[in-house]
Amino acid sequence: MTVMSDTALQAAPATKARGYWATVGRRIARDKVSMVCAFVLVLIFLSALLAPWLGLADPYQGSMIRRLRHIGTPNYPLGTDELGRDMLARLIYGGRLSLIIGILPVILAFMIGTSLGLIAGYVGGRLNTAIMRTIDVFYAFPSVLLAIAISGALGAGIVNSIVSLTIVFVPQITRVAESVTTGVRNMDFVEAARASGAGPFTIMRVHMLGNVLGPIFVYATGLISVSMILAAGLSFLGLGTKPPEPEWGLMLNTLRTAIYVNPWVAALPGVMIFAVSICFNLLSDGMRSAMDIRN
Amino acid sequence: MFAYIARRIVYVIPIVISVALVCFLLVHITPGDPLVAVLPADASQELAAQLRTAYGFDRPLPVQFGLWLWRALHGDLGNSIATGRPVLSEVLRAVSNTVTLAIAAALIGFTLGLLFGLIAGYFRDTWIDKVATSIAIAGVSVPHYWLGMVMVIIFSVQLNWLPAVGAGPGGSGSWGWDWEHMKYLILPAITTSVIPMGIVTRTVRALTGDILSQDFVEALRAKGLRELDVFKHVIKNAAPTALAVMGLQLGYMLGGSILIETVFSWPGSGLLLNSAIFQRDLPLLQGTILVLALFFVALNLLVDIAQAAIDPRIKRG
Repeated sequence: MTVMSDTALQAAPATKARGYWATVGRRIARDKVSMVCAFVLVLIFLSALLAPWLGLADPYQGSMIRRLRHIGTPNYPLGTDELGRDMLARLIYGGRLSLIIGILPVILAFMIGTSLGLIAGYVGGRLNTAIMRTIDVFYAFPSVLLAIAISGALGAGIVNSIVSLTIVFVPQITRVAESVTTGVRNMDFVEAARASGAGPFTIMRVHMLGNVLGPIFVYATGLISVSMILAAGLSFLGLGTKPPEPEWGLMLNTLRTAIYVNPWVAALPGVMIFAVSICFNLLSDGMRSAMDIRN
Repeated sequence: MFAYIARRIVYVIPIVISVALVCFLLVHITPGDPLVAVLPADASQELAAQLRTAYGFDRPLPVQFGLWLWRALHGDLGNSIATGRPVLSEVLRAVSNTVTLAIAAALIGFTLGLLFGLIAGYFRDTWIDKVATSIAIAGVSVPHYWLGMVMVIIFSVQLNWLPAVGAGPGGSGSWGWDWEHMKYLILPAITTSVIPMGIVTRTVRALTGDILSQDFVEALRAKGLRELDVFKHVIKNAAPTALAVMGLQLGYMLGGSILIETVFSWPGSGLLLNSAIFQRDLPLLQGTILVLALFFVALNLLVDIAQAAIDPRIKRG
């Protein structure tokens, strides 16, 4: 018994010195799946960011005599599209717009939804009812339908597609933020802050935000997967960006006519959307289990 | 139980009115004049004013909403600008095709999802669990419109087994459950089933794992119950939540079919929505979204009631 408590005491400082987030970080770093996903995402992000300096072909320069070359053609490792443009260059350049229109709505919704949920959860009462009942209305629409309804009414365009997806995700994030906040609101440390004279704004910013951000962040990371699929889907329908801009959803749309000539080149943009979407999903799962320290 | 149903229906009324308001306002957030689709580019000011009065666009918004809602309640959603036919009949015909697709997809997706979820939850952390969860995560992450394209590439272009587009002989209005029609349904139904399959698998796996780790399961086993009978208890306990998730997924399949219907030219509500958007046919757009959203609200209500009916733990008082 004494031997055990002695070793426990010696071991204690080493584990206690590490804070919650450091522990979570270590747990994610040990998770192979999360690390592979993070690596793939970093690779896709960096190549999109550094595209002009990678020595790629011009993604806009087509040629009628080299249309729809197969994968593995010399000089065109991933073939060419229906206008003879280099697929590799278009896929990498395509990441720029595709990632922006896929991720920006979630970031915007994260900011708006967290604020709304935090206010609704902390203030409670009538304000809570007003915010949450308004949110309920958006839950009466399936998310794909809502995104298409708004962006169909606003008309095609990158900004409209980002706006419509933001509107789709705000209610979902608000709900999560509200429920997490309600859980934290009545805890002792919030009571203590209130007793020591902190105003509601200070309490929300200093004492509550740090406690509610984690779960909301994990939820939002999972939403990026959905957002990538929907954003590319809107472009696929013709509601996003316009040709000749390289963007994965739009490329999939314009290459649809080529599936009888060169099917596998036509399917390539979808592989990119799939890769980004599945990596964000797995990373979100990895974060969720890493943050669940009890297990 | 009846009091519970009555109260749930009363709760739905404000939601229905708000949904109608959102659908109504959609037309008014449209940039430019709502008449832009009917009006020729060189129309005179007089003609524009005449049409505006004819469509009632010159009245105050609340009055317009009231009138629109009143007509909608009587089954009049106006006429399609493109075809001149009543919106409601156009929408209902298209919705019936979407329901066919959604039911076929639900049969595939829910069966596989329940099967994978139960197996994965039971054999948690074994290789079987890993395979099932990998399939599930691929299912929820795949851009389904791309999967549809890949299906067409494999089964229509390369193997030439199944047709790529359409809903079979006779066009959109003459669906039948025979092979001539059903072979058109296979690819879109499989494609649609992938997301619900993934979500149901993940839900049921988590439920099964949680239930199996509870004390009462230990007690059942100690009592000498065979594993098969233990499993019956697991299913009984998982059923209400699984049912709720499946109901929601069915709603998503009905309302979110536009991408898959576009890939397969399936003549349902999604394809109708697509043409309404690109022809700027605003009454049709408004009507289709309203009908689909109301379907979704009604389905959620049914799921709530069914859940309360089968789960004695939900308070009905």
